[in-house]
Amino acid sequence: MSEAVSLWPLLGVLMVVLGFALRLNPALVVVVSGVATGLIAGMSPTQVLALLGSAFVKNRYLALLILTLPVVSLLEQHGLREQARHLILRLRGATAGRLMLAYLAVRQLLSAIGLHSLGGHPQTVRPLLAPMTEAAAEAQHPGLSDSDRERLRALAASTDNVGLFFGEDIFIAFGGVLLMQSFLADNGIHIEPLQIAVWGIPTAICAFAIHGTRLLAEDRRLQSRQRLGDDA
Amino acid sequence: MIGIQSIYTLAGIYLLWIAWCSLRDARHPRRLGTATFWALLGIAMLIGQWLPDAVMGGGVLALALLAGSGQVRAGSHVAESVDTLQQQRQRHGNRLFLPALIIPLVTVLVALGGNQLRIADVALFDSVLTTQIGFGLACGLAFLAAVGLTRRHPVDALTRSRNLLDAVSWATLLPVLLATLGSVFAAAGVGDAVAALVRPWVDADSRLAVVLAYTLGMAGFTIIMGNAFAAFPVMSLGIALPMLVQGQAANPAIVVAIGMLSGYCGTLLTPMAANFNLVPAALLELRDPYAVIRAQWPTALPLLAANIALMYWLA
Repeated sequence: MSEAVSLWPLLGVLMVVLGFALRLNPALVVVVSGVATGLIAGMSPTQVLALLGSAFVKNRYLALLILTLPVVSLLEQHGLREQARHLILRLRGATAGRLMLAYLAVRQLLSAIGLHSLGGHPQTVRPLLAPMTEAAAEAQHPGLSDSDRERLRALAASTDNVGLFFGEDIFIAFGGVLLMQSFLADNGIHIEPLQIAVWGIPTAICAFAIHGTRLLAEDRRLQSRQRLGDDA
Repeated sequence: MIGIQSIYTLAGIYLLWIAWCSLRDARHPRRLGTATFWALLGIAMLIGQWLPDAVMGGGVLALALLAGSGQVRAGSHVAESVDTLQQQRQRHGNRLFLPALIIPLVTVLVALGGNQLRIADVALFDSVLTTQIGFGLACGLAFLAAVGLTRRHPVDALTRSRNLLDAVSWATLLPVLLATLGSVFAAAGVGDAVAALVRPWVDADSRLAVVLAYTLGMAGFTIIMGNAFAAFPVMSLGIALPMLVQGQAANPAIVVAIGMLSGYCGTLLTPMAANFNLVPAALLELRDPYAVIRAQWPTALPLLAANIALMYWLA
């Protein structure tokens, strides 16, 4: 290389990787790595603190998401979760694949409007989606094997993840969208969050199409496996 | 004119109130640490921009130390009985979703049309961080709607929301801290270092090569870190900004949005993202701890390919 670029700042990146791998508290890992990176780059301790402080003040709008908590908490105390549960239970009677497909659509849409906390593995997958999927499969294909059950449960969990990840990025006040906006602003590119959020939509549609196709294929797999079993 | 400071003031007062409630919670396992944490964050919201930068930096360090030493814990909370919740659900039904819907609707309206709203030639909303101002306003309106629907006392409702704040705990800070780390990385030259490492391997004139380097880099680095937010500033400083936005004149909004979502494909593939991939396997009593990842890779890989194609053609 013609120009000498210092690779020392990469030690800070390495610290983040190590800290996360050792499962230390992520908030602590991030701040300590930031301090270390600044010191390695030759800043004085006061300069590093000042940089941390000014960056934090500039980026603190990323924590404004807490303003939704009084609304969600109040609605939850008056049955919001139970109503969501009620709506999911009305999906009963569908096939395993279609049930998960409907859940995927609802999960993506709710996450896209900021209601990502309504779903989740402890909240909806374990008590609702997984047992309902198993029950639907059992009703249509009696005598499910243990590996089939295991596969369906894992698929239910993956459906929740896909629905969350590829829905929340469309919500304009979501931390990820604002993180991207603040990163660009830091580098002199000023864009409204809405402009970033809308570009999450093409991937969200692809995610629904790809994962949805797999869910429907699962119905066919169960069907053909049963036919094989009948022949044997 | 409504500026972002009024929204920060709202958030600051709310956090200080929560800190006060934590302090008065006699059965709280970490009363002082938790109250200090919320109070510090509340002060940063209320008057952060008037404090000297180094003092504020000390506050950030204190927040991280409190979180890292397990001083931020959930207090004691009373939960509604299952019967009450079912009665309430039957009474309100789908109307419960309406206040929640106000939040995205009002935010989008202000974000799109807020610049045009004027009262006697004075803009109603500040043009800086208009979306966040709209979001704060939307949360306020949604709260009033929820109070109207449920006929609860607003102060009581705020106090009771401490259960959710305790549940998200220090994680509320993580996006702010990662953005802060991004600023420090940028100032320290991490972007240049990553670019110097990557450049010999990537043909900077080939759009496809650069798109591949960024999307696969985001996915790969997320697999290592378990967190796309943490991978984002490193990969974007090193590859996206110099090679795509500057080198290829690509649209920055599209590049970063699809880059982040490529990182999410990595999240689907990694045991490092334990909350999403390992915890549910345990929760669902699966024999194979990696069963959820096995169920996810056939979605994650085609989706990553879709992201590569989308970025190549759209950006």
